[in-house]
Amino acid sequence: MIRFDNVTKAYPDGTVAVDRLSLEAPTGKITVLVGPSGCGKTTSMRMVNRLIEPTSGTITLGGQPVSGTDATELRRKIGYVIQHAGLFPHKNVADNVMALPRLLGLGRREARTRALELLERVGLGPQFADRYPWQLSGGQQQRVGVARALAADPPYLLMDEPFSAVDPVVRAQLQEEFLRLQREIGKTIVLVTHDIDEALKLGDQVAVLREGGRLAQAAAPAELLARPADAFVAGFVGRDRGYRALGFAGTGDGVIPAAEPAVVLGATRAEAEAAALDGWILVTAPGGEPVGWAALDRLDGDRVTEQDLNLSATTARTDGTLRELLDAALSSPSGRGVLVDAEGHLAGTVSPTAVARAIEEAASATAPAGATAGSVEPAAGSAAEAPAGSHL
Amino acid sequence: MTAAEWLRHNAGEIADLTAWHLWLSILPLLIGLLVALPLGRLAHRSRRLYPMLVALAGLVYTVPSLALFILLPKLLSTRILDPVNVVIALSVYTTALLVRVVADGLAAVPADVIQSAHAMGYRSHQRLIRIELPIAVPVIAAGLRVAAVSNVSIVSMAALLGVPQLGSLFTQGFQLHFFTPIVTGVVLSLVIALVLDGLILLAGHSLTPWQPRRSAR
Repeated sequence: MIRFDNVTKAYPDGTVAVDRLSLEAPTGKITVLVGPSGCGKTTSMRMVNRLIEPTSGTITLGGQPVSGTDATELRRKIGYVIQHAGLFPHKNVADNVMALPRLLGLGRREARTRALELLERVGLGPQFADRYPWQLSGGQQQRVGVARALAADPPYLLMDEPFSAVDPVVRAQLQEEFLRLQREIGKTIVLVTHDIDEALKLGDQVAVLREGGRLAQAAAPAELLARPADAFVAGFVGRDRGYRALGFAGTGDGVIPAAEPAVVLGATRAEAEAAALDGWILVTAPGGEPVGWAALDRLDGDRVTEQDLNLSATTARTDGTLRELLDAALSSPSGRGVLVDAEGHLAGTVSPTAVARAIEEAASATAPAGATAGSVEPAAGSAAEAPAGSHL
Repeated sequence: MTAAEWLRHNAGEIADLTAWHLWLSILPLLIGLLVALPLGRLAHRSRRLYPMLVALAGLVYTVPSLALFILLPKLLSTRILDPVNVVIALSVYTTALLVRVVADGLAAVPADVIQSAHAMGYRSHQRLIRIELPIAVPVIAAGLRVAAVSNVSIVSMAALLGVPQLGSLFTQGFQLHFFTPIVTGVVLSLVIALVLDGLILLAGHSLTPWQPRRSAR
């Protein structure tokens, strides 16, 4: 556990970067510090490994105050990842990853073996081990940065805008992989970001800081969306927080998929016409994974080919969130949201109305106050109408 | 005496002079580098020292070499013919050239690299030796090449004091109104300069296998 106890950082010119911050980052969880620039989130994080010394207050790591230990020794127990990875340009990937253990005396051969393991963990094959940083893409550099932070197997990780410097597609991918990795390694992580979406996606706990370095609210993402502590937090988490909150609500038993006929890619026109409901036929791969919808009146030729597919629909897993479910329903050209099971096979479809009903049930089951239900219901209502008007 | 005869008669002496010339160029290069490393680091770390050290280095470099060769024996109470004067003078020039080079080389290390080394738990000397200096090698090697060529050229001035090296061939040729020694001295100086330059280039490349190469050399 990392614990901030009434921590203040004030500079001689009178600027207060962090103002009486008290916060606990629980063991094995991801705590995200988020806020506008100048809110002191990075300063707060850097006080943990004493890159910056607090003016007053104490920070403890597992009960030990950080100020009592040698700063260098302390830093070696805390993995650190920064925005542009900060890889050593003169070392190859494997040597970058193992730089710290090598510094502490680990043998070359052992280091190599461990480097390859770590690289695999972050999704890089052994062919990357001998490349130099300039030969890697931004996303790959960031993966190496994460592997390097884990090299000495530190119990704590500090991450300063780790995914901000890569494009949105790579960022989403890195975030997913980071969550998967964290499920395996269970480190105590403090992550800084200015991106509230990233904070809500990654954080077990999200601490929102405001200008002047004051903590506005620290809570689980769903709690933050459902019950923002004040207007600042409400404004910061964004206007569509009702919709976002659905991302933290499981489908549970709330929705039962309706059976959906489907044809395999390459089926004949006759087969498609026989199976289709109201003009749209769902097409799957031979293994049963949905690949897209085809409109009967726009079929081109005697067979259903990839050219015939409308790929606009997203799919939701039966054990996914209400947000995925709603999105699947909204994005489907047929108006029926596609559900898949854990293996990715077709499980059935849901109508927007069914999703809206599930949302209502979830809201009435969990929300003690009217606020949550109030913010969800209108969103669900308007959502139900959208596809009906545009696609059917 | 024809050029060929002169060369044949003096082959041994020419070889000696070449060896001296090499030695008097290389030794100050190494000493200058050793002195410039800590000074350059100092200049790099202190925002106040940097302009002072760089200005001082520039000033030292403008002192005429002949003046330095004559002044040094007085300052150090060495004999005027002692080659150590030449070594010291050239070491001073090399240092003056390299202080700024080392400081700028260290300054060119990307800030996020330094930050991550610091945050990972490198102590300051570990960071200097394992991270900063290796990354500064291309800049320092480029500075060394300039210093090497400049040394090869300045060493010739020592002929006026009678310290033996290829410059001696210039004075000799001048006194005899005979061009062969002069041409020989010029050619050999050029060869030494080119060889040293090439060696430093090669050493720099072999120390930086990590650098993207535009063309193979």
